[in-house]
Amino acid sequence: MSLRLPRIGTSQVVALLAILAINWVVSPQFFDIRLQDGRLFGSLIDVLNRGAPVAILSLGMVLVIAMRGIDLSVGAVMAICGAIAASLADSHSLPVVLAAALGAGLLCGLWNGFLVAVLGIQPIVATLILMVAGRGIAQLITEGRIVTFTSPELAFLGGGSVLGLPTPIVITLALLALTVLIVRGTALGLLIEATGGNARAAALAGVGTRLITLAVYAWCGLCAAIAGVVAAADILGADANNAGLWLELDAILAVVIGGTSLFGGRFSLVLAVVGALIIQAMNTGILLSGFPPETNLVVKAVVVLAVLLAQSPRLKGLGSSLFGRRA
Amino acid sequence: MVPISSPHDDAPAAPPSGAPLLELTGFSKSFAGFKALDQVELTLRAGEAHALLGENGAGKSTLIKCMTGVVHRDAGRLSLDGVEIAPRSAEEAVKAGIATVYQEVNLAPNLSVAQNLFLGRQPTRFGLVREGEMRRRATAVLAEFDLDLDVAAPLERYSVAVQHIVAIARAVDQSARVLILDEPTASLDAHEVEILFAVLRKLKARGIGIVFVTHFLDQVYAICERITVLRNGRLAGSATTAELPRLDLVRMMLGRELAQATAPAERAPLAAREVAGAREAAFATFENYGKAGYVAPFDLALRPGHVVGLAGLLGSGRTETTRLIFGAAHADSGTATVDGARVALASPAEALHLGFGYCPEERKTEGIVAELTVRENIVLALQARRGVTRPLSRREQDEIAAKFIRLLDIRPPDPERPIGLLSGGNQQKALLARWLATQPRLLILDEPTRGIDVGAHAEIIALIRRLCAQGMALLVVSSELEEIVTYADEVIVLRDRAHVARLTGDDITVPGILAAIAEADPAQPPPAAAGRAA
Repeated sequence: MSLRLPRIGTSQVVALLAILAINWVVSPQFFDIRLQDGRLFGSLIDVLNRGAPVAILSLGMVLVIAMRGIDLSVGAVMAICGAIAASLADSHSLPVVLAAALGAGLLCGLWNGFLVAVLGIQPIVATLILMVAGRGIAQLITEGRIVTFTSPELAFLGGGSVLGLPTPIVITLALLALTVLIVRGTALGLLIEATGGNARAAALAGVGTRLITLAVYAWCGLCAAIAGVVAAADILGADANNAGLWLELDAILAVVIGGTSLFGGRFSLVLAVVGALIIQAMNTGILLSGFPPETNLVVKAVVVLAVLLAQSPRLKGLGSSLFGRRA
Repeated sequence: MVPISSPHDDAPAAPPSGAPLLELTGFSKSFAGFKALDQVELTLRAGEAHALLGENGAGKSTLIKCMTGVVHRDAGRLSLDGVEIAPRSAEEAVKAGIATVYQEVNLAPNLSVAQNLFLGRQPTRFGLVREGEMRRRATAVLAEFDLDLDVAAPLERYSVAVQHIVAIARAVDQSARVLILDEPTASLDAHEVEILFAVLRKLKARGIGIVFVTHFLDQVYAICERITVLRNGRLAGSATTAELPRLDLVRMMLGRELAQATAPAERAPLAAREVAGAREAAFATFENYGKAGYVAPFDLALRPGHVVGLAGLLGSGRTETTRLIFGAAHADSGTATVDGARVALASPAEALHLGFGYCPEERKTEGIVAELTVRENIVLALQARRGVTRPLSRREQDEIAAKFIRLLDIRPPDPERPIGLLSGGNQQKALLARWLATQPRLLILDEPTRGIDVGAHAEIIALIRRLCAQGMALLVVSSELEEIVTYADEVIVLRDRAHVARLTGDDITVPGILAAIAEADPAQPPPAAAGRAA
């Protein structure tokens, strides 16, 4: 198993460190971490904890994007699975609750994969269907109300801690390790990169591109379900209207910041998570700085623009001709 | 905006063999040092259909683009009716009187027939489109071509042939004197071709000069008065159809000098022929195998250590045959058996598991995964066969890559370099390595030596011989007849998407293959084993 530490990862890590440094300037106690009641507290822990849902989403999204696809439905799938978990939490045991919620996410992913891989619908349209319908399904499950629960087992997944670390961080790290194991520990990573890089060539080399596509969308649905359960466990309830709202865009952004091209091919799981942390570090930094939270959206847009410009081959060509270097 | 002219008032009734209508001389064009066109000339007479022929990369497309101003030529003069013109865009060319209709019709399928005919030059009154007037004129224009359509219906409701005729009518109605047709018949059936030809005959009678690009030689002889052949960007020859028999035309296209072609071809004995005393039995056979509209049903047997060559002109069905055999296209007739058992060949993955390998002709779009490394490209097929759960360890990958980089002399010898940065010849070697790593029983090579330098060329030929000696079955498509002759044990000749001849032993000669390619008379039975191909 090779973790493929990024030839290109330095820029993302530097960006994350830079944003953390800015946060430190804005709020000098940013790096303060204290232990209270057996759980770590502090702004840095907060970044990791709040960033968990998008980081989890990005672990599914990165594989979909590496296949030259996209999944717009993950926010809605979060809402569905959160609603299922919250509705069942007080009447069923935790394994049943998790099986139902994660099973639903898996089904949603399989549905997307079926539309893309078997029916050949463009990914952006295929997943748009569930993006729109999913929130309606979630509302049907909650019957239009905000469903709350008291089950301490489920609440632990959002608010508890393991060895001092908040559970969402532990879940994210465990899922990252599992994904790396599945993708890089088997041949899946190579076959995904080959299919995303040139689907026709991969198919002619005997790669079962259709099955891999199906599997990757299913995985993305599963990740969305986990993110949905964590988010619901965090607020002890499910709000079908707002759970996971717009998070698909954050997940896509995290993947792109992590250096995976929307044209498919090479991808990095670790950097996608770093991308999610960059986004959350920005969110937290703006809150700490006392700027109105609305500025967050504008700052995010500027960061997206900067990342896309940095990846643009035309700009690189322009830069090298300006500075007299050969591309 | 071009005023609408009734199509028949300004066409000069020039005799079919009249004075030059369009003359181009000394056309040259280089792309990054590569000479795509070199001193090409062409003379088109009024009322003449002039075939522009040549194999892939001969320069036909570049010539058309230079004529219509889409591409700027480096040198050359173009004159219409004796007046020198220099269109700088397709629109300017249309205004000057040169219209082009491409294979993929450039019309809006969702607009009505009338709207397509008059798009950009609709009859208006006070700035409003006069729908009724437009429809009336559209009906009149199409009546010229014996076409009775509902001009208010969307164009997409009609067949490709009709869409082509609408495109031609639009071009001609814009006062075109010269009409360039780029493979207009590629997607038409025989009946539709006849309808199209009837239109072309009318246009010829009206004195319009037609440049006709096609791969179908029968059609050239059916409609064209004159032929110009390009080869490697140069003028290979120009003659009237009557003066140029088919065999000479094929020679001209493929570049065989008469003396060279008739000289006894050198056939090096293959190791397999010497070693294998008893002919080994076929392990894969195809009976009556074909797909309607793709390749006519054919019979084929593949034996270990035996090379089958597929010869024919571009578009004759060579690549289609290989794709059927590799499962990249699906047969709708016949049976395929491997080791006596029937196989479905539903996908390349299935073919891979049967021990087949396939190097496609389109190396960049169907072969390499450009951003992955040489190592990853080499292990791809082997890994696909082993499946997701049995990954090749990094060390195994490194060993396989190093072995084939050494064996095939892939340069630079860096397994971690993205394959897209290698030269064409080295990419091709890496693709060969991809399949050799799977130790295939059958390797299908589609134009393995196209577009690669002379050194790599010779190495690949040597490799084909070596593989054959090791008992691998090979199916090779090649336009290089001299090459096929040196290594093939059996040559299948294709024409118009059918296997029309099968040559073996001493019959495998360059003139023999040329004759089979050029064979015109369908009544004359092909030499062997192609009875069902008709």
